[in-house]
Formats: sequence, C-alpha cells, structure tokens
Amino acid sequence: MTKEAGIIGYGAYIPMYRIKASEIGKIWGNHNGHLPVMEKAVAGIDEDLVTISVEAAKYAIRRAKIDPKEIGAVYIGTESKPYAVKPSGTIVAEAIGATPLVVTADFEFACKAGTEAFQACIDHVLSGRIKYAMAIGADTAQGRPGDQLEYTAASGGAAFIFTKKSDKTLAYCEGAVSFVTDTPDFWRRAHEHYPMHAERFTGEPAYFHHIISSVKTLMENMGLRPSDFKYAVFHQPNAKFPVKVAKKLGFTMDQIKPGLLSPEIGNCYAGSSLVGFAATLDVANPGDRILLASYGSGAGSDAFSFVVQDIILEKRNPIPSVRSLIKVRRYIDYSIYVKFRGKIRA
Amino acid sequence: MRKVAVIAIGYTKIKEHWNLSIRDLFTEAAITALNEAAIDRVDALYVGNMASGYCQHQEHLGALMADYMGLKSPPAVKIEAADASGGMALREGFQAVASGLHDFVVVGGVEKMSDVLTSDVTYAIAMGADQEYEAFIGATFAALSAMVKRIYQHKYHVSDELIATLPVHCHEMASKNPYAQYPFKITVEQVLSSPFVAEPLRLLECSSPGDGAAILILCPLEKARNFTDTPVEIAGVGAATDTIALYQRDDLTTFKAIIEAANMAYKMARVEPGEVDVAEIHDSFSITGIISLEDLGFFEKGEAAKAIYEGEVAPGGKIAVNTFGGLKARGHPAGATGIYQAVEIVKQLRGEAGKNQVDGAEIGLTQNVGGVGGTAIVHIFRRLR
Amino acid sequence: MSVPRYWREIPRRYRLIGSKCTNCGRTYFPPRNVCRECGSKRMEEVKLSERGKVITWAVIYDPPRGFEKYVPYIIAIVELDDGTRIMTQITDCEPDEIRIGTRVYAVFRKIREEGESGIIYYGYKFKPLQ
Repeated sequence: MTKEAGIIGYGAYIPMYRIKASEIGKIWGNHNGHLPVMEKAVAGIDEDLVTISVEAAKYAIRRAKIDPKEIGAVYIGTESKPYAVKPSGTIVAEAIGATPLVVTADFEFACKAGTEAFQACIDHVLSGRIKYAMAIGADTAQGRPGDQLEYTAASGGAAFIFTKKSDKTLAYCEGAVSFVTDTPDFWRRAHEHYPMHAERFTGEPAYFHHIISSVKTLMENMGLRPSDFKYAVFHQPNAKFPVKVAKKLGFTMDQIKPGLLSPEIGNCYAGSSLVGFAATLDVANPGDRILLASYGSGAGSDAFSFVVQDIILEKRNPIPSVRSLIKVRRYIDYSIYVKFRGKIRA
Repeated sequence: MRKVAVIAIGYTKIKEHWNLSIRDLFTEAAITALNEAAIDRVDALYVGNMASGYCQHQEHLGALMADYMGLKSPPAVKIEAADASGGMALREGFQAVASGLHDFVVVGGVEKMSDVLTSDVTYAIAMGADQEYEAFIGATFAALSAMVKRIYQHKYHVSDELIATLPVHCHEMASKNPYAQYPFKITVEQVLSSPFVAEPLRLLECSSPGDGAAILILCPLEKARNFTDTPVEIAGVGAATDTIALYQRDDLTTFKAIIEAANMAYKMARVEPGEVDVAEIHDSFSITGIISLEDLGFFEKGEAAKAIYEGEVAPGGKIAVNTFGGLKARGHPAGATGIYQAVEIVKQLRGEAGKNQVDGAEIGLTQNVGGVGGTAIVHIFRRLR
Repeated sequence: MSVPRYWREIPRRYRLIGSKCTNCGRTYFPPRNVCRECGSKRMEEVKLSERGKVITWAVIYDPPRGFEKYVPYIIAIVELDDGTRIMTQITDCEPDEIRIGTRVYAVFRKIREEGESGIIYYGYKFKPLQ
C-alpha cells in the first residue's frame, strides 16, 4: 500500500504576448535603470485564468494518457478569478471532460494557491477515495500602473495530475511541509482592482522567512541537505529573489537554472513556482530529487520533495516543453498592453 | 391554379423616416396602392418584415396594419424570412389568389431600422444567421459575405476592380431615381478606397439599412382589367432554402437555393434566362449580387463581373439589372426589399420606369434572398398586351 | 443573451462535440438529429478533430454589439481533419499571417463578456500551428 502520491501528467501554458520591462519603464520614467525582469508574459484579450488553466490541463491529460472522466478532483489555485463568486473550477472541469463526478473548488493563497491545491490532491489520492486529482496554479496577475509590481505581474499557469505512486507516475512526493503565519505583506481588498503591498517588508519577513522556514523544516524532517537535491524551484516574483533565497539555503545556480523562468516571463503568481517545476521536470532524469518551494503572500510557503521516476523519459514527447512554448512570443507595446489588460475603461 | 396579376403598387422613398412610425410608413404606401386600385374589399393581407420585434418591440404586424389601413377584418399575417421576407410575403399572396381562396390580396413589406442604433441594426440583421454557431462567435453578414468573396476570387481570379463594378452600376441607376436612398453616382476608385467593413469587403460594397414600405395589390388575372389598363402577370414563382449556416454549404461560391428557386420559377413561367429583359437582384453585397447574376443563369460562373464592366447589365445591354438602384443604392429595408424589387419590375413592364426604362420590356425577374443564401425566392413577371 | 441558451451549448462548444450519421458517416457541428445527406435519424455524438485547415476567412473591422474591443478580429471557415466544417475566430494571429490552407488547432478562449456584471462566454477558437 503506497504511502506516496505521484504525478502522472503535467502541463504548462504561457500566453504568447510579451511586454519588455524597458517598455514599461519608458512610460513610467524608470529612475535607476534597474528592471526586476527582462520581459513578462501578457494574457491575450481573449485569455483569462480559466482559458490558461484549460490549456495547461489539456497538456497534462495528454501526457498522463488518462480518460478525463476518471479525474475526481479539479482544483484551481489563483488570485485572478474572473468571477468573484462562481468557481473557475467548474468551467475548467467541463472543458476538459471531467464533469459531472468531480470535486472542484478555487483555492486562494496568493502565489502559493497552486501548491495549496497540491496539498489537497496528494491527500485525496492517498486516502484512496479519488483516483486522479488535478491541481492547477495559474494567474493573469495585474499590477497597478506605475507601481513596481507592474514590471513583473504576468500571466501563465501549470497543471499537475496526482495519483498513487506507481510505475506509471513520472515523479512522486516523498515529503511536504506547509509553513504559514499571518503576515500582511501584500493584499487586495474585495472591491479594489489592484493589490497593495508593503514594499521592502515583502522581502525578509515575508518571502525569505517563510521559504527558508518551510524548506529547512522539510530538510530536517527528511534528513536531507541541499546537495541531496538535483534541482530546486522557488517562487519567482522577480529575477533576484529566487537566486538570493537559493544562496541563503545553500543551493547553487546550476540547481535552480532549469526552473528559473521569471526573467523571461515575469511572475505568474500562483503559476510561478509550478511553471518552474514543470520546466524542471522537462529536463530531469530518473532518480533526480527536486525541491519545490512556493511562497504566497499573507503569508506562507509550501515545500515539497519530489523524486523523478523512470517513465519520465517516455513522457516527454509529443507535449511541447515549457522552454519551447515560451520561445513563441510576440512583443506588444504599452498601449496594446493596457487594452489587453483592461486597464483603460471605456 | 388561376393566373395572378398585379393591379396596383405603392411605395415610399427609402431614407431615415424619423417622423414616420412603422405603421405610418406601411399605411402611407398602402393608401397609394389602394387609391390606384380602387378595389372595394381586401380579402387578405401579407406583411413582409424581418425585425419589427427587435427594432420596434412590435409583433403581430398583420393585425396592426390591417387595422391602421382601415380594412374591415381580413385575415392578416406577418411573413418573415430574414431579408427575403418581402419576396416570401409576395409568394403567400400569390398562392392565396392562385389557389382561388382569395381574390383581392394586399402584399407589402416594411422595415423601420432607424428606430435603433446602428450596432443594434447589425445585431438584428445577424438574427438571420445561425445565432449559436455564427453570430455567437462574432460573425456579421458582411463577414460571411466577405468570406464568400475571398474564396470566389481565389477560385475564379476576379479582381476587386471588376467586383466593384456592380455597386457602381447600381448607383448609376439610382442617380436617376429620386425614391432611392442614395441617388448619386460613385466610382470604382471610391469603392476601392472606402474602408473595410470586413476584409475583403469595403463599405461601398455593402448595402445599407433604411426605412421604407412597398405594396402590391394582387387579383386574379381574369378580373385585372376591371381595375387597371396595365396589369402585370406573375408568371412564375420559385423558392428554396439551404443550410442556415454558411459553413455547412458544400460550395461557397454559389448559392444552391438561388439556382433551385430560379429553376422552379423559369419552369413555371416557361421562360429561359436569356428571355428576361429586366431583373431586380439581391445585391446585399457586391459579391452576393455578382453570384446571384450567375446563379440566375444570366452569366457563366466567374463571368458576371466582367459582363457588368462591359455594359451588359445597363438598359440596352443583355439584361437590365437593378434599374431602381438595387439594395446598394436604393437602400435595403430588409423585410421590404422583396416588394420594392417587384414594384420596379411592374413599373418597367408597364413602361413607367422613368429615366431607366428598358424599351419594350416584356419579361421581368425579381430575386430576393434571406441571409447569405439560406432562403431564395424568385418571381417572374410578364407584360400583358 | 439568455443564460439557458448559453448553458445548453456548453458541452459542444467546450469540447467540440458533433454528431456522426451512423448510416452514411457524414459528421456535423453542431450535433443534429437528422442527417442532411441521407435522411437517417440514427446519429451518434462524436468528439471532433481539434486540428484543421483554413478554407476562407474575413477580418472584421465593423463588429456586432459586444465585440467592439476585439476589433480587428479574424473569422474563418475551417475544415477539420475529420472533414467537418466549422466557423470560428482565428486568434493569436495577425490578419496578414493567414492564408487559405493555413493549418490551425483548437484552443479554449473567451468569446466575449456580457458587460461588467453579466456572465462570460467561453468557447472554441483556432490558432495557427507553429
């Protein structure tokens, strides 16, 4: 009787539109020339959290080679729900053919909502009650025009299908820790359009404290050190933070490189660490151990240790890798960007 | 079946009639016709209209118009087949008289589109398309016809310049008709520099909505001369439908419904396409008018545009087309167009068509289409000596 | 648009479900009860192919109500690999990038919204294969 949950399929989707951080800087008079990322992914005018989730989910199902009707849970972790009340999960579940016998809900915990969904899915399948459980982390994040976060708030997401570990799963979870405190570093009130944040406070007491705590706890519990991991994926709000937290924890650049996408696509919030995880799985080999540590403002961090299994090599083709997906891009200027993102109201 | 004749006509100019309601428009045209006919009873009324429910929130047009025309209590009904409503209403009237059920029948078409915003008009007209699988995804009639134009050009290699000759011709005709909505000439250059509505169709290739009403009064041919010296016989009628959605058609460069309707009408009238002297065709867009000329049998597939360019559709040419200006220059009050077409043919066959009169016109044809070929109705008229 | 009307079409729009005549094999989208080809009423639901090619297209500059913010957008007739024809928007594509014969695949997108407070309409669009 297996005590571990495995991933049988995964997929990611990043919209093809990009805006360069320098373009945003041009509009808002970027002072010191420092740009937190090179460019970010922007959802097209006909895309939203739901459509991104459906595309990621469909890749995951194709990779898993399962009948979508057997998916017993669909959870979307996001902070860009198109409806404040009405689950995005039902639309996604219907679109992928998992309805009607499916449990679904939308999770919210800022950028760690996707890994929240991981936690629930892992327990669903281990309890034996549900055969396949899908966790999606995705966002079409909005930054207040002119604010620092506008440079990085991006769109994208990834989907993971969990089931009991077997020789059909491509990686299994050997441990998970959730470290949560009430820390108001970044928030959005119910009827506000854009979020607020506490600037420098979002660093050390928020991002760094929670990730460092969850990862250290995980490693302690499991008797692991950074060198036991082949790869590490951290939540990526910009290009610097994941590099800095890796260094603090004792991980190397080589370990985080395959999963470090924020310089090119920005921060897709609940999709951020999950897309990085998908990109890492795209290149990982059987036996590799991967650390996944998300961070969600509010605040908390989920840390997981995954071990890659043999079948991963068969599961690569013909699903496009994350890196090949993000190669397809079309640059837009600030005027098209504000039209796409609905920042100008008619 | 009895033979049927048209004994009177009535119609309004096509324009934005801000001061006239839909019942005012219809009754104005109807009174003109009733005065001409001087009949003492109306046995039935058929009102062709497409969008009164959406534009005026008024249905039940049969009873409404019968009431406001001051008629006693005839059976009356609204007939709807998108922009073939007028033609189909005429067909209903024809059947009523031909069958012997009624003697004196008033057939009319009316549309009042200026009551709503332009975007609402586009929306109302698109109700003639497949709502769930064409309109739902944002298609407009211009877009549907534009797709037809692209594939027609791909197959037959006809240039934009040649296709533009049809709207230019229609305006040439309308420039001599004060009842047309746009009684002025345009050039091919103007057409080709007008903005795209749905590429590859430009603004001056698209007919425009308008307000108008047109009326015909029918009676059995054997009684016609009691009421007019110039009765015109409705010698043939043909109608057909095809899939409502354009994408479900087998061949996008032809409209099967038009071919079938025309064949039915030609057979009934015992007339060949080459014998038709004057025709009012359904040029909802440049390309649909051109395909209509081919599907009606006047020109070979792919050849109609060239024929227009060579003057074959002007009075004096092979067949005079759209002498009232067509949908493009006369205006297109959707549900009324089919009757306006018939009015022009009746005038031509009576010798009353004014500056665009075709000398000695004997056989006339009207072709009215619903949507992009979902319905087609063809009538053939014959001058009586 | 009425909610029931939208809801009723959801499975076919979300998952490209058509019908196939069990007698002559012709496929249709949307599903129908009677085959136009042979008149048979024995139709079965089928999942249609998600790839196809462009037969013809138009670029809309004058939109119907509700589609204003998407202008210009591309409408096309696509022939799916299983022979079924469908009308769809082509997305993530500039008007000058599309040709008769362009290979396309189905994606799930927003069609439009009923203002700021109405429901959101989702459905299929197609985009060019890279």
